[in-house]
Amino acid sequence: MDTSTFSAQVREENKMAVIDLAGLINAQADQVFKQAYGEAEAMNSETIALNFSAVDYINSTGIALIVELLAQARKSHKHLIVYGLSDHYVEIFQITRLADFMDIFEDESSALSEEVRTQ
Amino acid sequence: MNTITATWNRIIKRKPVEPALESDMEKPPDFKGEVKPMNIPPGDPFLAYLHASNGVIDISELKLDSPTVAAMREDGVRLVLPLVSQGELIGLINLGQRRSEQDYSSDDKRLLQNLATQAAPALRVAQLAQQQQAEARERERIEQELRVARVIQVTLLPKEIPVIAGWDLDAFWQPAREVSGDFYDFIHLSDGRYAVIIADVTDKGVPAAMVMATTRSILRASAEQLVDPGKVLARTNDLLYPDIPAKMFVTCLYMIIEPGSGKIVLANAGHNLPYVLSNGEVTELRATGMPLGLMPGMPYDELEATLVPGQRMVLSSDGLVEAHNDQQEMFGFPRFKAELAALDDGVDAIPAVMNTWRDFTGENHEQEDDITLVTLHYSIPGNGNGNTQDWSLVTTFELPSQPGNERQASQRVLESLEPFGLPEPQVRRLETAVAEATMNAMEHGNIYQADLPVQIEVLSRESSVAVRIRDYGKKPIKDSPAVPDIDAKLAGLQDPRGWGLFLIKNMVDEMNVKQDDHHHTIELIVNLQD
Repeated sequence: MDTSTFSAQVREENKMAVIDLAGLINAQADQVFKQAYGEAEAMNSETIALNFSAVDYINSTGIALIVELLAQARKSHKHLIVYGLSDHYVEIFQITRLADFMDIFEDESSALSEEVRTQ
Repeated sequence: MNTITATWNRIIKRKPVEPALESDMEKPPDFKGEVKPMNIPPGDPFLAYLHASNGVIDISELKLDSPTVAAMREDGVRLVLPLVSQGELIGLINLGQRRSEQDYSSDDKRLLQNLATQAAPALRVAQLAQQQQAEARERERIEQELRVARVIQVTLLPKEIPVIAGWDLDAFWQPAREVSGDFYDFIHLSDGRYAVIIADVTDKGVPAAMVMATTRSILRASAEQLVDPGKVLARTNDLLYPDIPAKMFVTCLYMIIEPGSGKIVLANAGHNLPYVLSNGEVTELRATGMPLGLMPGMPYDELEATLVPGQRMVLSSDGLVEAHNDQQEMFGFPRFKAELAALDDGVDAIPAVMNTWRDFTGENHEQEDDITLVTLHYSIPGNGNGNTQDWSLVTTFELPSQPGNERQASQRVLESLEPFGLPEPQVRRLETAVAEATMNAMEHGNIYQADLPVQIEVLSRESSVAVRIRDYGKKPIKDSPAVPDIDAKLAGLQDPRGWGLFLIKNMVDEMNVKQDDHHHTIELIVNLQD
């Protein structure tokens, strides 16, 4: 049994809600991830950023989870962006076309500067 | 007929039962008002009297020292009418005193005799119907017990065909009756090798099944303690001999296979010789030894051989070759060997042989003996899609089907491929593909049953590496899983899940899927870059 865990911390950064994700994004991450997303949405910022810098692994169930949250964000008229993805997961976001619906940034500073520029 | 049961007061009553009978006017003066069956003991002279009599018997005038007659008098019986059908005494009608308290007249007795003559056949029919119902109930009980026995026996056969890297194993077991004396077994030995067993107990049905269960237990215990097939059979023979019923014995082939090398070692206790199939030729592997349970202290020869990739072995019990058709011709070894020799490479031996056998014996054939077949196809290096000759095995391992083990699978695969120097992006893609394929195997193929492992082989050839992930195929593969469409998913028109196969296909250069009756294999091929 894999004992690796998943965690998600929510914070606000320059009027942007940030969810710091860490660990494995798989079926076990479902509840914690959704709860954190709910908290981020409640912050009333237009943009919610998913920080993948400390994520080791995303499997197909994790991709499905991100799709669910993206659908929810679109319904709530939230702008969902991501940063900190490794090259491999950027490729997966492109193959799955998640990248068509979420802006991908290299790191938090580039995400923030882009957000400031467009506001 | 030794005993006769009669319930006489039911017959005496001519009017509705109580309370009418309670009145003094209607109740016969010496009627006891009881209903009880009567058994006439075999030694009672009244029984002989009944057999000799040919009409109504007046109990009050009967001079016979009989406990039955005394009991009848005490109970108020006056007349007895023997009921005879086809010369056999099948019952009695006993009558008490007339309600008028007058004696029975000659006319009364003639009338009663006529009644007895007509009632006897009807009673006989009722008795036969009752007997048949009882027999049917007994047959049903026995059949039910046999069904349970079969369920128990099936649990003694392997629940799954083992997944062994480089080998395709298969087995077929068809008893002639509800239970069988045939059995086969696969034992994973502690040193990583496998024992393959096929055995046939003389006779069939329940006695054979009981000896089968004992033999299997002894063989399993011996296999754990001893290495050499000859010694396993010798020990099994010595332990079985004192307890096996007279005129029963067991033929048994015990074979060890070394998965990695194709080496086999076998010993044979009087069982059908195993065949090796290679390029249309059928060769017998001959090792001699007495059947188990006939004589103690018997030695068993051992035979060693090494299969080459592509060779198959077929083990059988004699129920197959000794079957007859309507013309009383036997299926026979020559026909069996010819069928095996004619098999094309990609054709599974068991269904092909059994189809030929059924065509030979005909639709209405009543199977004469139990039939068991075990086949082993050695295919290292590689066993995926027929294009196997140039693959080399890098490593093989198995993992229990437990959530999370997919990451362990990909880590072990990547470790084994380190010498090939795959570039980082390819490593990461393969990591994802192996993890996804293993997760599918555990979740769908083995429905997360921890005792069903996922078997993983890593292979290489000059220009590519391959990973084969094999499960038990519990859920059939969909021919063309829906391609995930993120627009549809975001619109709620498609399940957010369903990315697994899509990811795998996009992470490797080639993906092949193979499914047979027992297993499902997914093959991932990554081309090596210059």
